[in-house]
Amino acid sequence: MTGTWQLVRLILRRDRVIMPLWVVVLAVVPMSYVASIDGLFPTAAEKAQYATTSATNAGFVALYGQLFGSSIGELVAWRAGFIPVVVGLIAILTVIRHTRTEEEAGRRELLGSAVVGRHAGLASALIATCAASLVMGLLLAAGMSGQHLPGTGSLAFGLELAATGWVFAGIGAVAAQLTDGAGAARGIAMTVLGVSYVLRVVGDVSGMTDGPLSWVTGLSPIGWVQAIRPYGDDRLWLVLVVLAATAALVAAAVVLSGRRDVGAGLLPPRPGPAVGALGSPFALAWRLHRGLLAAWTGGFVALGVVFGYLAEGVGDLVGDNQAMKDVFARLGGAQGLIDSYLAGTVGLLGIIAGAYAIQAMLRARAEETAGHAEPVLATATGRLRWLASHLLFALLGPAVALLAAGLAMGITHGMNVHDVGGEVPPLLAGAVIQLPAVWILSAVAVLLFGLLPRFAAVAWAALAVCVLVGLVGQGLGVDQWVLDVSPFTHLPKLPGGQVTALPLVLLMVVAVGVTVAGLTGFRRRDVPG
Amino acid sequence: MTDAISVAGLVKTFGRTRALDGLDLSVRTGEVHGFLGPNGAGKSTAIRVLLGLIRADAGSVRLLGGDPWADAVELHRRLAYVPGDVTLWPNLSGGEVIDLLGRLRGGLDKTRRDELLERFDLDPRKKARTYSKGNRQKVALVAAFASNVELLLLDEPTSGLDPLMEEVFREVVREERGRTVLLSSHILAEVEALCDRVTIIREGRTVETGSLAGLRHLTRTSIEADLAGPANGLADLPGVHALLVRDGHVKFDVDTPALEEALRALTSAGVRSLVSQPPTLEELFLRHYTGAGATRRTDPAGEVTR
Repeated sequence: MTGTWQLVRLILRRDRVIMPLWVVVLAVVPMSYVASIDGLFPTAAEKAQYATTSATNAGFVALYGQLFGSSIGELVAWRAGFIPVVVGLIAILTVIRHTRTEEEAGRRELLGSAVVGRHAGLASALIATCAASLVMGLLLAAGMSGQHLPGTGSLAFGLELAATGWVFAGIGAVAAQLTDGAGAARGIAMTVLGVSYVLRVVGDVSGMTDGPLSWVTGLSPIGWVQAIRPYGDDRLWLVLVVLAATAALVAAAVVLSGRRDVGAGLLPPRPGPAVGALGSPFALAWRLHRGLLAAWTGGFVALGVVFGYLAEGVGDLVGDNQAMKDVFARLGGAQGLIDSYLAGTVGLLGIIAGAYAIQAMLRARAEETAGHAEPVLATATGRLRWLASHLLFALLGPAVALLAAGLAMGITHGMNVHDVGGEVPPLLAGAVIQLPAVWILSAVAVLLFGLLPRFAAVAWAALAVCVLVGLVGQGLGVDQWVLDVSPFTHLPKLPGGQVTALPLVLLMVVAVGVTVAGLTGFRRRDVPG
Repeated sequence: MTDAISVAGLVKTFGRTRALDGLDLSVRTGEVHGFLGPNGAGKSTAIRVLLGLIRADAGSVRLLGGDPWADAVELHRRLAYVPGDVTLWPNLSGGEVIDLLGRLRGGLDKTRRDELLERFDLDPRKKARTYSKGNRQKVALVAAFASNVELLLLDEPTSGLDPLMEEVFREVVREERGRTVLLSSHILAEVEALCDRVTIIREGRTVETGSLAGLRHLTRTSIEADLAGPANGLADLPGVHALLVRDGHVKFDVDTPALEEALRALTSAGVRSLVSQPPTLEELFLRHYTGAGATRRTDPAGEVTR
């Protein structure tokens, strides 16, 4: 453990921009919900009405979790239900960035030769990530109680997010020991995150209708932290449970790390072919992207199955309450409710596919900074051809994943309502219609790559804007122009909605124009730039 | 076409840094040309300009009769490049990388590839992640030497190789007669052993260029001798530097043109023993390197170096 504090300082130095950024943003976003919810539903009666409709909307429950009360604190904490997923993702990425990525790049070896203990690298990454999570949580708690919300509830809310960071930091630490590549480690940890989210969705939506699968939530770390129920039951003891789980994960990571050599994973590397079959930039790109494509498509099929399976239950919610019946009738009855649920979940998939589009495009930048692009561009491979080989996957990869998800939703929902032939086409259409907006995000990534390569990762900010608009936007009374910033706002809501060609055509024109600008920029700039 | 590469007045700036500042370089078709310079002199930058990876700010650059920026793809069919810092796709095997780069260049000689793998003692089935720096370099070297190309651009290609493998590298380069080779290097023995002509650059500028024999002409031979009598007039000879005389023992450096006259002065005094060190490229190299940026520094001969 010698040298841990120096390494912590190194991490803080390297992440001096990004870490404060996520700590503050993730604390401030939930704080801002207080004012917007209070503004929209000023009276207790209105809050109760909003809580009732929300708690019985399967789409909302799938996205944010179950809602058990109608106080302002409970509404805010519920509404922030997707934030634990974001916190978990960041914790995973931070821990792996400072452990396995360092090892793969060979920098860990240099540090390891200095007066640095065997576990100092892992310890420093965990300390930095967990401390940042705690700061985020305390900031949120302070901000909430500063807005005159109950102190215990605010503390519980803050610790909910902090604990999410801790447990996923532990998961990231374990994943970092398993493989010898950082990409594969990220894949493993993000799969755990995805499964946690899906289990939470299945359990909560099932629990909403007193279904048989509500216990599934208990398998999910995201389910654990949300069970703290800030401002309601305030089960602070659950924080200790999560802390114990984190400790167990860290212990496992330490044991695994002690059993392997620096640079190696637990699984021995297998020899590859002596003679290669790759002969074109596209073959190389396929080789580099196929794992990503398979993982995203697999994940999307899983989400599609879950979302499709849950759809029929949404229609059952029209209970005996006459007021509810009227609300639902205005929304188009049971069918309208199912359609709006399906359209909402497909829209969520669209935004997630945007993450894939950006990730795939940034592979090109990673190839460039790693020095892999240079030898290829020094062969008879033109720049545009090389970039096109990556762009292809940024454009078609999300299309494949979305179509697979739409198909999976259509088939599972169709089987439930005994009309597979009737449900598949509208859901495929709903999935395909996301693509113009997804392609805007890949176009932004190409543009930055071509013109400002050092800031290519800023493309994630474009996605963050779409996510924030999606999270904050729905029904929280934000100005329309703010919502219009996100390309996803302009998509028709399918199935069920009307399709107008103009917005789609305009989105495509923007996507093509921005992409071409990026390609042109790349033709003119230095490599590496 | 006698020049495979001709560069004149090449300038490249990165922000406020002037990486190349009026570089001249000409490489004749079929020769092995040494490209020397201290770290950060701009060797890799110059090679990247030759590859059309980065764009020159000023100056003219011709490569194999074409413009390296505008005709990059066509020219790249005719050349192979070994980067100074070879990084490979971690999950591809060495064999896959060699074949990929060969095919992207437009063809690979299979027999030559297998022969080179044998000689460089490289296991092509290993994943690139597990290769050491030297082995990664071998992958790039095999891919380059086995390609059917007329020009090889090698950027410090032996910096990670062991002495045995460096010898293999030299043999392979010697067999490359007919192909043009631009060899950027730090290892003077390697340059002396392989190159027909050399160019030395410093701070982005060419400071010396010519054949090895011609450059030797510019260097000094150092001489030590025991004399029977006093060496009259030796101190007055214009080409003699750093003269030390102690009890009939003399030690000095002499410019090649003044060698004959210096020897005559020694023999007239009567020579009991004589040791002469031949001029080395190191000496020339050091004279150009150590002067970097230090215009007021003087060498032991009291001469200002620039």
